[in-house]
Amino acid sequence: MDHSTTGGGASTVAGSRAATSDEEGVKTVSTIPTETVQPGKASLFYDPKIRGYVYQFALLAVVGFLIWSAASNAIENLRAQKIASGFGFWHNAAGFDVNQKLIPFSASGSTYGQAFYVGLLNTLLVASIGIVLSTFLGFFVGVSRLSSNWVLSKLAMIYVEVIRNLPLLLQLFFWYNAVLKPLPDARNSIALPGSIYLNNRGLIMPNPQFGPAFQAVVIAFFLAVVLAIAFYIWSKKQQERTGTQYPNGSITFGLILGLPLLTYFIAGQPLSFDLPQQGRFNLTGGLQIYPEFVALLIGLTTYTAGFIAEVVRAGILAVSRGQTEAANALGLRAGPTLKLVVIPQAMRVIIPPLTSNYLNLTKNSSLAVAIGYPDLVQVFTGTVLNQTGQAVEVVAITMAVYLTISLVTSLFMNIYNKRMALVER
Amino acid sequence: MKKIFAAALVAAATSMSVSGALAQSATLAQVKSRGILHCGSGTGLAGFGLPDAQGNWTGIDVDMCRAVAAAIFNDPAKVKFIPLSAKDRFTSLQSGEVDLLSRTTTWTMSRDTSLGLNFAGINYYDGQGFMVRKKLGVDSVLKLAGASICTQQGTTTELNLADYFRANNLKYEVVAFASNTETVKAYESGRCDAFTTDASGLYAERLTLSAPADHIVLPEIISKEPLGPVVRHGDDVWLDVVKWTHFAMLNAEELGVTKANVDEMMKSPNPEIKRLLGTEGKYGEAIGLTNDWAYRIIKHVGNYGEAFERNVGQGSLLKIARGQNALWTKGGLQYAPPIR
Repeated sequence: MDHSTTGGGASTVAGSRAATSDEEGVKTVSTIPTETVQPGKASLFYDPKIRGYVYQFALLAVVGFLIWSAASNAIENLRAQKIASGFGFWHNAAGFDVNQKLIPFSASGSTYGQAFYVGLLNTLLVASIGIVLSTFLGFFVGVSRLSSNWVLSKLAMIYVEVIRNLPLLLQLFFWYNAVLKPLPDARNSIALPGSIYLNNRGLIMPNPQFGPAFQAVVIAFFLAVVLAIAFYIWSKKQQERTGTQYPNGSITFGLILGLPLLTYFIAGQPLSFDLPQQGRFNLTGGLQIYPEFVALLIGLTTYTAGFIAEVVRAGILAVSRGQTEAANALGLRAGPTLKLVVIPQAMRVIIPPLTSNYLNLTKNSSLAVAIGYPDLVQVFTGTVLNQTGQAVEVVAITMAVYLTISLVTSLFMNIYNKRMALVER
Repeated sequence: MKKIFAAALVAAATSMSVSGALAQSATLAQVKSRGILHCGSGTGLAGFGLPDAQGNWTGIDVDMCRAVAAAIFNDPAKVKFIPLSAKDRFTSLQSGEVDLLSRTTTWTMSRDTSLGLNFAGINYYDGQGFMVRKKLGVDSVLKLAGASICTQQGTTTELNLADYFRANNLKYEVVAFASNTETVKAYESGRCDAFTTDASGLYAERLTLSAPADHIVLPEIISKEPLGPVVRHGDDVWLDVVKWTHFAMLNAEELGVTKANVDEMMKSPNPEIKRLLGTEGKYGEAIGLTNDWAYRIIKHVGNYGEAFERNVGQGSLLKIARGQNALWTKGGLQYAPPIR
């Protein structure tokens, strides 16, 4: 009660002060126009506000004119040289084949538009897997470099220094030839357990064929994930209230593995495998992972991990030494100290540069063209551009795609960053 | 202030329109004022265009450029060769980086009509073939079902391959590379069972493999590959210069005019030779050159037969027979309209 009355009193005082200053404000506002209107008659040109608008408009007009004239000039010249333009080629038959495709694509029935999607999906595939793998590898190397284990930290240092200081293209050539050369040819494949074969055409493994009842397994999996999350939240609350700890790890593991597995057997095992067979030249059937993909993935992952390792190291070093000492004083061991005290604080420093590394990885995936991996640049800006001859349109589309991928990645990382950022009150 | 702004606008507008007009101006005038011909060549294919250890380019496509330079400047050395990959070549020609593209380029309708290009003739009749390892025991393309095939992207080869295997209902896996070198390297490393390109290219590339004798070229030729020099659309005079340079070399062979005897031939009473060598008529002036243009070509580069034998025929490592590339008088397809 005491507090509220003083508070109320303070606010009324502040309110009356505000009112007086408002009155003064009104006075000044009313006086300004009468003063400026008279000289305003002389020239609007000397009004800084209007002049500002004029300049900005002029700048905008110049930029607009430059873009417009460049575009119309290009169109004019293309027409004069009888070079086809426009996006009509999108629905024309492609007439070429691509080896790695995530969607059905064939020379006979597919269009340039579909070729674009084949390339785009291949780019997204290698970029997304590369981002996940390079994050794990990068964190491992970055933490290792700060390890008190001398051998581990020196090895991590050598890795970072070697990887970061060699051109990526050279590394890709190295991986492509290092992946290809030591492997036997298709007739002398290395047979691994489970009908998996390894040769210089890639890794060939049984291709899972999903029956219609397999949907139930997928649903069971998602159900298990939801249940596991719900249990995790409940157990955390329970722990906060009562202090009882639940075996979260094993329950989550049991749910996510057990429920789909149970459904799988109840549904009558709706999964069969297409096994690779030895053909005349190569193994036929099965699921093939191409060496170009493997080489590109290894190249991008190891290269980006080198940079991520440095980002992680910088992030960890940015956390004051006192934090670790305090954690030690509380009796936390090295593992929990890193996991619970250092990394959460380091994340704030790590995330922004980590985003740029993800973007770099995605953009660097366009080097695939050098080793024959059919990514967007290889398929679309390579073959499609050459076949249609429409460089302006094809390059513009490709640039728009990379811009979109990068902006979307940035967006998600910014959202994550906001969640991780220090909340200041 | 406003005046400056207006002036900037006018300047920007004029510079735009000037660059627009330049794109249509005569290429010949540009080449003459520059003093050197910019020729788009391959990235290195023996017999067609390959620089030696001293950086001197040789090959039948290279000789096409040298002949044009000889006709214009009376000096076959006034050529700058710009190596272009298969997928970059048309963009480079369209944008004016090169005046003439002479690098085993197949004449197709879509390239002729929708790329803003014109083909100036056919200096080599070729067809697509396949090379495989001998130890595979394959003697026909039809037995390549299920094989991995290496090819270069952005070529007609890539399309013919898809067509042929589709037409014969054969499954295959294509591995496409941006550069020829990478394609051959991948084939040699065993990534692919077969390597496909124009038959002439197969013979040339086989020489570069570590053990050429272990590889064979399959007998099938699956496509027509008429290769020739290309120029930009819309400059008819320049098209005539390149076209007639090629025809002059063919006519010279037909008339028996060679690099060695061209000076003697200047005194020939044969009216056809007189018109070719410019001792009669003003044919050179009609295409913006001097009247002894063909004399210059033959004096410096030789006739078509000489260029063929020197680069890809018996005088070279490739030892390709004339075949379809023999003159029409000898059962081949090479035929030039008369100079008159």
